[in-house]
Amino acid sequence: MPNEEKQTAAGDGLRVGVFICDCGLNIAGSVDTQAVTDYAATLPRVVCAVRNRYTCADPGQNEIKAAIREHNLNRVVVASCSPLMHEPTFRACIASEGLNPYLLEMANLREHCSWVHGGDKDGATAKAKDLVKSAAARAARLQAREETSMPVTQAALVVGGGVAGIQASLDLAGAGYQVYLVDKEPSIGGIMARLDKTFPTMDCAI
Amino acid sequence: MMDVGRHPRIELMAYSEVEGVGGYVGNFKVKVRKKARYVREEDCNSCAECAEVCPVVVPDEFQMGLSSRKAIYLPFPQAVPASYIIDMDACLGTNPIACGKCEEVCEKVCIDYDMKDEVVELDVGVIVVATGMDVYDPTELDEYCYTRYDNVVTSMEFERLICASGATEGHFVRPSDHEVPRRIAFIQCVGSRNNAGDKGNRYCSNICCMNTVKDTLLLRDHYPDCECTVFYMDIRAFGKGFEDLYMRSREEGVKYIRGLPGEIRQDAETKNLFLTAENTLTGEVVEREFDMVILSVGVIPRQDNPLIKKLLSLSTTADGFYMEAHPKLKPVDTPTRGVYICGCAESPKDVKDSVTQASAAVARAMTLLNAGEVTAEAITASIDAAFCTGCGLCAKVCPFNAIVVDKDRKTASVVSAMCMGCGNCGATCNQGAVTMGHFTDEQYYAQMDALLEENPENKIFTFACNWCSYAGADNAGVSRLQYPATPRLVRTMCSARVTEDFVLYAFMKGAPVVLVSGCHFADCHYIDANRQTVKRVYRLWDKLEKLSIRPERLQLEWISAAEGQKFARVMREVEEMRKQVTAAEIEHTRKAVAEEWEKKLAREAKRKKKAEADESRDEVQVS
Repeated sequence: MPNEEKQTAAGDGLRVGVFICDCGLNIAGSVDTQAVTDYAATLPRVVCAVRNRYTCADPGQNEIKAAIREHNLNRVVVASCSPLMHEPTFRACIASEGLNPYLLEMANLREHCSWVHGGDKDGATAKAKDLVKSAAARAARLQAREETSMPVTQAALVVGGGVAGIQASLDLAGAGYQVYLVDKEPSIGGIMARLDKTFPTMDCAI
Repeated sequence: MMDVGRHPRIELMAYSEVEGVGGYVGNFKVKVRKKARYVREEDCNSCAECAEVCPVVVPDEFQMGLSSRKAIYLPFPQAVPASYIIDMDACLGTNPIACGKCEEVCEKVCIDYDMKDEVVELDVGVIVVATGMDVYDPTELDEYCYTRYDNVVTSMEFERLICASGATEGHFVRPSDHEVPRRIAFIQCVGSRNNAGDKGNRYCSNICCMNTVKDTLLLRDHYPDCECTVFYMDIRAFGKGFEDLYMRSREEGVKYIRGLPGEIRQDAETKNLFLTAENTLTGEVVEREFDMVILSVGVIPRQDNPLIKKLLSLSTTADGFYMEAHPKLKPVDTPTRGVYICGCAESPKDVKDSVTQASAAVARAMTLLNAGEVTAEAITASIDAAFCTGCGLCAKVCPFNAIVVDKDRKTASVVSAMCMGCGNCGATCNQGAVTMGHFTDEQYYAQMDALLEENPENKIFTFACNWCSYAGADNAGVSRLQYPATPRLVRTMCSARVTEDFVLYAFMKGAPVVLVSGCHFADCHYIDANRQTVKRVYRLWDKLEKLSIRPERLQLEWISAAEGQKFARVMREVEEMRKQVTAAEIEHTRKAVAEEWEKKLAREAKRKKKAEADESRDEVQVS
């Protein structure tokens, strides 16, 4: 089914682009990435499926950006490595094309698939297809999200006035911040104040 | 200490306690109770005339009870603030007929018997917790007879006996006869490294070895003819300059015997002490007579830790010290954003390490202060008032106290800035009122549909938490640890996000095995949210059993980010289990769960109808 027709069939205006990374041979070595790309193109709402050599590198990111413009994508799936590694990279990438960064979904084809099923290309490819299918299904249900930011009160509370609390207070105050140092005892000093000399310098504790 | 007292940007609140903490990162509201000193701090010039006339004498806690103080007292000569304070438990009373002598002599008129506690509220952006430590009390160790023999003292008491401003003004004497002892023994690891775990603690207190080395050098310096003997397990002189100091102590003639005495006996007449120990390096049994024994006591967590822990939503390790957000990469952060830990509150450590860690905590705190604003990943929970019944279950399980329940209006709402997005509330709410941003129920069902649409019988359906198990799977990948290609992983921020319905749905879709995986208990990135995971899994096991489904088809595993090996092993084990699940079994499960699911859908439809009806009624009332 041609891409445009498929979108019309879904009728919800969602246009998903899927980018499958070879990662050199890291993924392509044990996953048939072309088969996965062909499969991705058949998934609901997927209007473009592209195979990259390295999606995270500039040429790969440029392909995503170009496809967003060309196909008017509003959801992006990157099937490459762990999101713990490159989610921030691809969020920034789609944001540079004006998409909300939360409209990105990743499928972990490397750490969770190609690297751990090296001797089982069929099994790994089947799994990779599933992971892409799951990611595309989730991507279709992603919503734009706004990160809220709040001002930080320019003051610090230090609880405890032993040697650590004293040092923390002096550092913070020295840097120009207002510090409130709270100590339970009638005097600061903590355990340190009770010591005679301290090692390794053998000098006075107070 | 003096620098703190006079710094224009440090407001010192001594004799004060944190009573309440509200707000969230960048915008904490802290309630501090300034306890009444009964002496106006700003007026007192510590002339000491009040203490001279005070008739009440009590043990001086600063001197470990080795000397006395008055009811009105200065905690110690260098105290900051340098102000007297009245110990109202000891004071004869505010009635001038009873006493009132101090007030009479105070020329500056700074004594105020009617002073009241004052509660102040502070607005702060960050909090540094440096609550320190307590010292182990060796009373429970019968073999060392700390409370029975006068001449057995702790290393803390030693400090006050050898200090020039101590109880004896630096004259080191033994308590029984106030004579200078000549033969002194130190016993190491008192209250530390006890693997039996019955008394004391299992951990190493870090500082006691070097403290004893220091003490022996002080003694040799003050009393060159004294004999010091140290009974030890291991001498841990690992820090910079430590080994040199230890060697100096040995060169000074201090004897080190590797072996701890089993008991201390006392000569009733001379009050001298006899120690017997096996020297494990030579195998010989040593019996020696000493004039005095010093117990090198360990460090324990502050006994008021639980209070601060609760106020700031912190976690503690099994030892009772505060836990860092990550043991290697976030050593001074805590699970609560904007709260940092340093010093002995985090773990036993010496002065240098405390100072280093304090500066590290401040550096972390200042990255936040300096940025001026704080952003949160938009994965927070929200509550739909139309469905919420105000039951408060979500607020109960929220590890961050981020949910406020309005009992009158019967609704709950989420304080977004405090919500960390674990999803525990979402999995707990049985009204379907909670939506987890970016990790919605709908998204999970779509993923399950996708993954289990074809050949579900060949798949291990796995929920993995973002921080540990998912990262553990990554670790297996990075280490190229091979396992079968059957697992299908879905990422949740916390294992506590996994609802009972998710698991049932996976079974209904034909999953032969479902695995829920998360952080180990102490590692949970949402404090203790994964305790709820356990409860849910237990409930599910019961439910599966009732539906005649083998409970072992639902597996629960804790896999840390470092445990790639464990992840691969678990996957291989679960794969073996998957192979045992027959097609007939899967079919039976599908049907059994589908029936339950129908009932659930019916319940939900009813609830939705009711919510809509309520809403339209409200609208009518408004119009």
